[in-house]
Amino acid sequence: MKVAYWPGCVSRGFTPELHGSMAKVAPLLDIELVELDRASCCGAGVIAEHNQELADTLNARTFALAGQVEGADLMMNICSTCQGAQSECQERLDGNTEYREHVNETLSAEGLSYEKGLANKHFLWLMVEEIGLDRIASMVKRPLTGLRVGPFYGCYIVRPTDRLGIDRDTPRDTYLHALIEALGGTVVDYAGQYKCCGFPIITMNQQASLKQAGRHLGDALDADADCLVTPCPLCHLNLDLQQPLAEKVVGRPLGMPVLHLPQMVGLALGLDPKELGLSKHVVKPTSVIDWSTSVLAGVPNAA
Amino acid sequence: MAEYTLRLRRYSPETGEAPYWEDFQVDLDGHRSVLDGILQARDRTDGSIGIRCSCRAAICGSCGVRINGRPNLACHMHLDKATENAVDGIITVEPMGNMPVLKDLIVDMDAVHWKKIQRVTPWLLPDGPDPEREHIVAPESMIDVTQSMACIQCGACVSDCLSMEVDPLFIGPAALAKAYRFVGDPRDGQHYERLKDLAEDPHGIYDCTHCFNCIEACPKGVAPMSQIMRLRRIAGSDHEIDDRNNGHRHEQAFVKNIERNGLLHEADLLPDSYGGKFHPRAIPVLTGSLPAILKALQRGKVTPRKALLHSHKAGDDVKRIYKHVHDKEERYELNLYVAGEEDEPGDDAPQAGHADAAGSHLPEERSPNQ
Repeated sequence: MKVAYWPGCVSRGFTPELHGSMAKVAPLLDIELVELDRASCCGAGVIAEHNQELADTLNARTFALAGQVEGADLMMNICSTCQGAQSECQERLDGNTEYREHVNETLSAEGLSYEKGLANKHFLWLMVEEIGLDRIASMVKRPLTGLRVGPFYGCYIVRPTDRLGIDRDTPRDTYLHALIEALGGTVVDYAGQYKCCGFPIITMNQQASLKQAGRHLGDALDADADCLVTPCPLCHLNLDLQQPLAEKVVGRPLGMPVLHLPQMVGLALGLDPKELGLSKHVVKPTSVIDWSTSVLAGVPNAA
Repeated sequence: MAEYTLRLRRYSPETGEAPYWEDFQVDLDGHRSVLDGILQARDRTDGSIGIRCSCRAAICGSCGVRINGRPNLACHMHLDKATENAVDGIITVEPMGNMPVLKDLIVDMDAVHWKKIQRVTPWLLPDGPDPEREHIVAPESMIDVTQSMACIQCGACVSDCLSMEVDPLFIGPAALAKAYRFVGDPRDGQHYERLKDLAEDPHGIYDCTHCFNCIEACPKGVAPMSQIMRLRRIAGSDHEIDDRNNGHRHEQAFVKNIERNGLLHEADLLPDSYGGKFHPRAIPVLTGSLPAILKALQRGKVTPRKALLHSHKAGDDVKRIYKHVHDKEERYELNLYVAGEEDEPGDDAPQAGHADAAGSHLPEERSPNQ
C-alpha cells in the first residue's frame, strides 16, 4: 500500500534509528512511503499551547499535503506525539465547518485546502488495521520466542480515547500487546505501560520527569521484562537517552533496553540488528540481541 | 435481574491490617449503577463497607472511585457496562489514587483535593467597590468558562494525575481548572496576579506533563488539561510572565525554532529555552546535559555537524502562516465543548471564539460510561 508518510522531527533528529528502521521495514510489509518533505513540525502540543490557530493551520497544511499524494491510501506517522497532537487539531478542523474554512483561507495562498476526514494512522494502527496481524505473523522469520517485551504506549496514542477512536470495536490501546504476541514474543504487563514517560516536563521539572521514566523502567524490570518497545520517539528519549540520569534519580540500576516499534518488527522479520540502528541506543539491547551471532537472546538457532 | 460480582478494596486503618480484596454478589438490573451494587452489598452482607455518596445522580461528586482501574463516579457507571470492561467479568472497585485512604472506598479529600482548591483562591476578586446590585456582564463573555464551571469536585482527575503521582506538591488538574474559571471571568480583577502566582510556583501550571489522564478521567467533560493550557497561553502570550520552571521560555524557544527551521532542531531547543547557548542561565543546564549529549555523540545518534548545523529550513509558506496568525489582534480559538460537534458537514453549529460565541449552545453532557 502507498502512504503519505510523516516521520516527524525527532525520528530525523535525536532518534535517527527510528526513521532508518522504518525505511528498512516498510518494503518488507509492502508499504510504499511517500515522505511529506514540505510539511512542518506537528507542534507536539507546545505550539497549540502558544496559539491554537497556528498549530491547527500548520497541521491542516500537513494534512492537505498528504491529501495531494496521488494514490496514497492514507497518511501514516511513526510518532505517538505526532498522532496525538495532529488528532487534536484534526478534531477541531473536522468538528466545525466554519473554523475549517477559516483555516483553509490561510492555506489558500499556497493553493492548499484541507478536506474533512483524512485518515492519519500511526504505523502501529496501520499494521493492525490495514495489514492485519495474521499476515504479519505469517511473515515472521525470527520469532521473538522467549523474549519478554514490556509495551510502553506513552500518552498521546491512548488518550483521550474518544478523540483517538478507541473503543471496544477498535481497541487501539491493546495493539502493542497483540503485535508482540503476533511476532512470537511474550507480553510483560507492568504498572507504567500506559503512563507518562515524563518527557514534556524534562526542561521544566527534571526531577519529576526522570522520576516518571525511572519508575516505569524499574517496574518493568521488576516484572522481568527483557526490553520495552515504544511507538513514541519522545518517550524513547526519556526512557533510553536519559536512562543514566533516571537511574540516579530513582537510586537503582536499570539497564533496560528500549526498542522503537519498527525495530522490533524488523528483528522479527529477520533484519540485521545493526541495520535497524540498535547500536545507536544508549542502553545497549544486549538482552535482546546476541551481538556475536545477531540472533535474539535465548533463541537458539534463530534466524 | 442479574447477578454481578463486585470485588471491593477493603481497608480499615484502625485494625492494623493491610488492604485486601473482598468479593460480593449483588442482584440488580444491568442498568443500575455500581453505586447501587455497593449499597446493596452493604445493606445485605456487610454493613461496615465504607463508601461516600449522596445524590446518586452524578451531580454531587461524592462517590468518586476507581472502577476496573479507571476513575469514575460509582453512580455514573452501569453494572452491565462495568462488566464488559472487567477482567473475568468481576467488577473491581477501589479508592481513588493520589489521596490517603480513610476507610475502604473513602479517601481523604480534605488532605489533598480541597487543600489544593483553596490554594488557587477559588473566589471572585473584583477590582474596585462592589456594584450597587449585581455585576453585569455580557453573556458571551462567560461562555468560555462554562467548561471549567461544569466541575463537580469529584476528584477523579486528581486521582489519576500522573504529575501528582511523582510530585505531590503539583497544584493539580482540578484546582488549576478552577483557577481558569476565575482567570477567564471578566468580573475578576486579579488575572495577572493569579497567573503570576501559578506560574511562579514551581509546582504550578508548568508542572503538568500533558498526559491527558485528567481529560480521560473527568465524568463531566471539564478537560482540566485544556484549562491548564489556556492558563499557560494567557500567562505567556498576554502577560509575558516568565516562570521559575522556564516553561514560557521553553514554549517561546520551541515556537521560534519551528518558525526558523520548519522541523525541530533539538540541539538549539535546550539552550534557547534558557536564553541561548551563552546565557548564564543556560551554562549549568548544558553542563548537566553534557553526559547525555556525549553519549548520543558516542553512539552516533547525532554527529557534531548535525548538532551544530541544521540543514532543514522552514519554507516561505510556513513563515507566512506564522506571520498571518501572529499579526492578528486577537487569538482565534475553537472550543468544541462550547461549540458542540456538528452532525453533518455544513450545518450551522455556532462557533466559539472569544468574540463570536454569543448564542452558542452547550453540548449534551457526556453520556454515562463514556
